[in-house]
Amino acid sequence: MRRVVITGAGTLNPLGHDVAATLEAMRAGRCAIDRLTCRDVERLTVRIGAEIRGFEPETHFDPRRMSLLDRATQIALVAARQAMAQSGLEVTEALGLRAGVVMGTAGGGNTTVDDNYRTVYQEGKNRVHPLVVPRLMHNAATSHISMEFGLKGPGYTVSTACASANHAMGQAFHMVRAGMADVMLTGGAEAMLCFGGIKAWEGLRVMTLDTCRPFSRDRTGMVQGEGGAVFVFEEYEHARARGAEILAEVAGFGMTSDAGDIVMPDRDGPVRAMRMALADAALPPQALGYVNAHGTGTAANDRVESQALGEVLGAHLRAVPVSSTKSMHGHLIGGTSAVELLACLMALREGVIAPTVNFTEACPDCLVDAVPNVARAARVDVAMSNAFAFGGLNAVLVLRRA
Amino acid sequence: MGLDVMQDSQPIAQAVIDIIAEQALVEPSEIRHDSTLADLGLDSLGLVECIFGIEERFGISVPFNANTPDQPGFDISSVGAIISEVERLVARQAA
Repeated sequence: MRRVVITGAGTLNPLGHDVAATLEAMRAGRCAIDRLTCRDVERLTVRIGAEIRGFEPETHFDPRRMSLLDRATQIALVAARQAMAQSGLEVTEALGLRAGVVMGTAGGGNTTVDDNYRTVYQEGKNRVHPLVVPRLMHNAATSHISMEFGLKGPGYTVSTACASANHAMGQAFHMVRAGMADVMLTGGAEAMLCFGGIKAWEGLRVMTLDTCRPFSRDRTGMVQGEGGAVFVFEEYEHARARGAEILAEVAGFGMTSDAGDIVMPDRDGPVRAMRMALADAALPPQALGYVNAHGTGTAANDRVESQALGEVLGAHLRAVPVSSTKSMHGHLIGGTSAVELLACLMALREGVIAPTVNFTEACPDCLVDAVPNVARAARVDVAMSNAFAFGGLNAVLVLRRA
Repeated sequence: MGLDVMQDSQPIAQAVIDIIAEQALVEPSEIRHDSTLADLGLDSLGLVECIFGIEERFGISVPFNANTPDQPGFDISSVGAIISEVERLVARQAA
């Protein structure tokens, strides 16, 4: 069977404007959650979030193209450029036909929708910008990446709420492995820290006004963020033949549905997804050296995810660090598992486990080693990244050290 | 409609019971003050919809976070407890 490796990574997220800055922030345990600055913030109950600060789109994009690029698309393009640059790939006409894009997003051009609803409903205008549709569509980021790099193979967007990026990367993995493509750009991006995007989440009553404290006894909910990451997935022999640096191997993927509740987490679905990903990688649970948890910081997720991990890992649970980097970058919704995969790369490549920050006290419902507050050195050969979406859709990736 | 008119025409308790009954798909007459939401078959989604209905009906903001259901911000241990909390919030709003 064809093997799949990662040869490039890029990101734009609240912790950093590239991979190096992001990993440095994770090593330092820096929390990017702060006061929100969006329009009409005074009408929100939830006024904290993890925004990308200091990003100047006009320095990245041709002003004539800006009207086509929602913030989520901008994030995806910036990340894709970094990933392609690191990979060193030159997209010839022949490679372009064997290369594609699968991106994940939950809200697509949510900010564009918000801005234009404001225009027609609040301001009472009867005209919107002519390019609203191509700007807001969920596949905008996928299409712009394919256009920028001439990737003419498979291209589409996956939208499975908080598991979007993992589902996207799982699909890209499958396509390269199956021979449908030799190179896939994949990951996720999200930008819904606008009034409507936050107000909708506020309604669910799962957001905290404090901060994100996954697995901590005093956790009071999740915090939204914005951002994303993009990776170059490449067929192993193809990467080796051109002497590319291999960041990690994508070893396995599992996806399941709870077929239960639309918002409440379930134990069985995640257990089956984790077991499926490990079986796909032909690895026993004992091989795991790090788990990047879904770890949203809600009472229900962290309790149920801990139970599920206990069921999969058994006695090995005590020996595996399980951290949630959402405590630092917030919940990036459809883009979150892409940024979280960077923590897995750091564990595999640098032997550094990103911490769960804002952790104050162990929780009897969460018997995991959450790597509280301070990064930890450890040799990690296999890492697993969990994503469990509203709607009961679970997607789990397993990476192996190159 | 002013708050006074609303209270005259429909006591808070009855309005809260009507909102809960609508969510629980039962007749208001079947709901007792010592009923719990679980007794009425309401799950977490039904609860947040009840709270939304209460906020809209009374023009108040209910301090409820689904992650901390047992904390004292808003007591949801029974229908009677919820009514008391709503009465308190409405009185505070009017003050």
